[in-house]
Amino acid sequence: MKARLPSYAVLTLLVLFLVGPFFVIVAASFSAGSTLAFPPQGFSFKWVEKVFTVESFQASFALSMFLAIVATFAALVLGVPVSYALSRYRLPLAETVRTIVSSPIIVPGIVVGLALLRYLVVPFGMDITLSLFLAHTALVLPYAVRVVSASLENLRSDIEEAAVLLGSSRIGAFFRVVLPNIRGGILAAFILGFVTSFNQVPVSLFLTGPGVRTLPIDMLGYMERTYDPSVAALSALLAFMSIGIVFIAERFIGFSRYV
Amino acid sequence: MSDHVYLSLEALTLAYGDTVAVDGLDLSIAEGELITLLGPSGCGKTTTMRAVAGLLKPSSGRIMLDGRDVTRLGANKRQVGLVFQSYALFPHLSVYENVAFGLKLKGERGRDLEGHVMEGLKTVGLTQFASRKPAELSGGQQQRVSLARSMVMHPKVLLLDEPLSNLDARLRLEMRTELQRVQRETGVTMIFVTHDQGEALALADRIVLMKGGAVEQIGTPEDLYNRPKSAFVADFVGFENVFAVEDGKLRTADGAVPVSGTVPAGAAALAWRPAMVALGSGPHHGSVRGVSFAGGTREYLLDSSLGPIKAEADAALPVHDLGTTLAFDLPAERAAPLQRYA
Ligand SMILES: Nc1ncnc2c1ncn2[C@@H]1O[C@H](COP(=O)(O)OP(=O)(O)O)[C@@H](O)[C@H]1O
Ligand SMILES: [Mg+2]
Repeated sequence: MKARLPSYAVLTLLVLFLVGPFFVIVAASFSAGSTLAFPPQGFSFKWVEKVFTVESFQASFALSMFLAIVATFAALVLGVPVSYALSRYRLPLAETVRTIVSSPIIVPGIVVGLALLRYLVVPFGMDITLSLFLAHTALVLPYAVRVVSASLENLRSDIEEAAVLLGSSRIGAFFRVVLPNIRGGILAAFILGFVTSFNQVPVSLFLTGPGVRTLPIDMLGYMERTYDPSVAALSALLAFMSIGIVFIAERFIGFSRYV
Repeated sequence: MSDHVYLSLEALTLAYGDTVAVDGLDLSIAEGELITLLGPSGCGKTTTMRAVAGLLKPSSGRIMLDGRDVTRLGANKRQVGLVFQSYALFPHLSVYENVAFGLKLKGERGRDLEGHVMEGLKTVGLTQFASRKPAELSGGQQQRVSLARSMVMHPKVLLLDEPLSNLDARLRLEMRTELQRVQRETGVTMIFVTHDQGEALALADRIVLMKGGAVEQIGTPEDLYNRPKSAFVADFVGFENVFAVEDGKLRTADGAVPVSGTVPAGAAALAWRPAMVALGSGPHHGSVRGVSFAGGTREYLLDSSLGPIKAEADAALPVHDLGTTLAFDLPAERAAPLQRYA
């Protein structure tokens, strides 16, 4: 029992460190005061209400949602076949492909953003939304490949041969027996990709321009101009959204098995 | 069963990179035959089966099935069934849907489909499990589903790659009997792969014994069991004492040794099962290095000047202790004469 006491203390500290900020933000968002502060002054819903009236938040939320969904979808359209090829065929350059595909995790986002800005947006005048879409797809791809690959590793490859021997084509076998068996992994990859893209700051920072801003960048900008608790309220709302998504995912596919 | 050739493999060669797994294999099988492909692990049995199924492309040679060259025909068009050692059931589909899979691809729907699926499940005694998922079945039951899934397609040939090796001993016997029954009832041409000689002897119309990617001997179970042609086959079917013959004498660790009796003409080697060694008297001597009780008999491993000898004695006789020196003989008239030593 004695030996356990310090470990409980460490655990408590750790949990406080992880979830503490979340409680601070939630508390701050119900403040009645006019500046972001903790402990909050009084209690009111006015900052939560204000979030929904800020027009730039609506536009940037829509853009972030759109980006997260479309980029994650694109990353999966690319990532599922890549993962499949890597797991089922002995490709001569398999390791190289794996490294290239994983590089956005290793290379700091700030470098990716700067590179895209320097070599695509500035010289070719590429559309900002398009460059954001490309950058987010590249960022999400490694997560998609990792999670989907893990699912494929757990799936025996002989079921595809069994399907072929029963008259299916190779491609048919992929859709009939592979895809249905990795749909949990694909859904998990989608959620992980969605959250990664939605919360992405460093890459987006370089690529956002006038009128085109993702939500996290917009929040940064807002805080520079106005120091009221509505940013806290928005953060709390987003945190609840993430928790909700993960909770539902855990309920239906056992999300934690995949990540 | 008819005599004309239904499936033939002609000089079939398959390689994985530089490793030649099957090397010029020739084999002819009649319609309705139950063949077992027997051989030690790594001799190319699985590779051969995968080539027949169309899952591997041969580097050379030809596969003829039902009068047609199928060497280049895709696996999905060959009408060859394969029961995998691992069952390879579709985990997301129910037992019913697993069996229906191939029939649906053939375009079967409604009553026809249901009738054929249930008939298939009935053959393997699993009708009451139709709505279960594979994970909710025992190994033996999964194996049956796998069998039904292949059989409802009425394959021209049914291949089974070590189908019993994941089952425990009792189930193995049960499944083996069931396979035999299904084969008799349907008359399907069947190739059964195993590395277990007992299984091969019990099941087969003919046994194909493989070694190093080629056929070493083909014959009925009795042929192989009693008349092995080479030392490899002899050893595989339990002739554990094999000596080459040179000028009418045995070539042993101790040089040329005369044989008691006359060596049959043309024998390149002689082979004795442990039970064929005459223990207790004879011109040779060996000291007991190992004894093991095997139910009705006791098996002795002797160190002799001829080399190690495996002999057998009735278990009712008193046991010879380790280190005891025993006289024995290798009588030529009991030995199986081999055409080849190597
Ligand atoms: N995928 C593979 N890649 C390389 N070599 C292989 C592969 N599969 C089998 N082999 C080799 O081919 C030979 C025959 O293998 P296999 O047909 O599986 O034998 P068996 O089924 O009789 O045990 C073995 O030497 C094995 O090591
Ligand atoms: Mg094998």
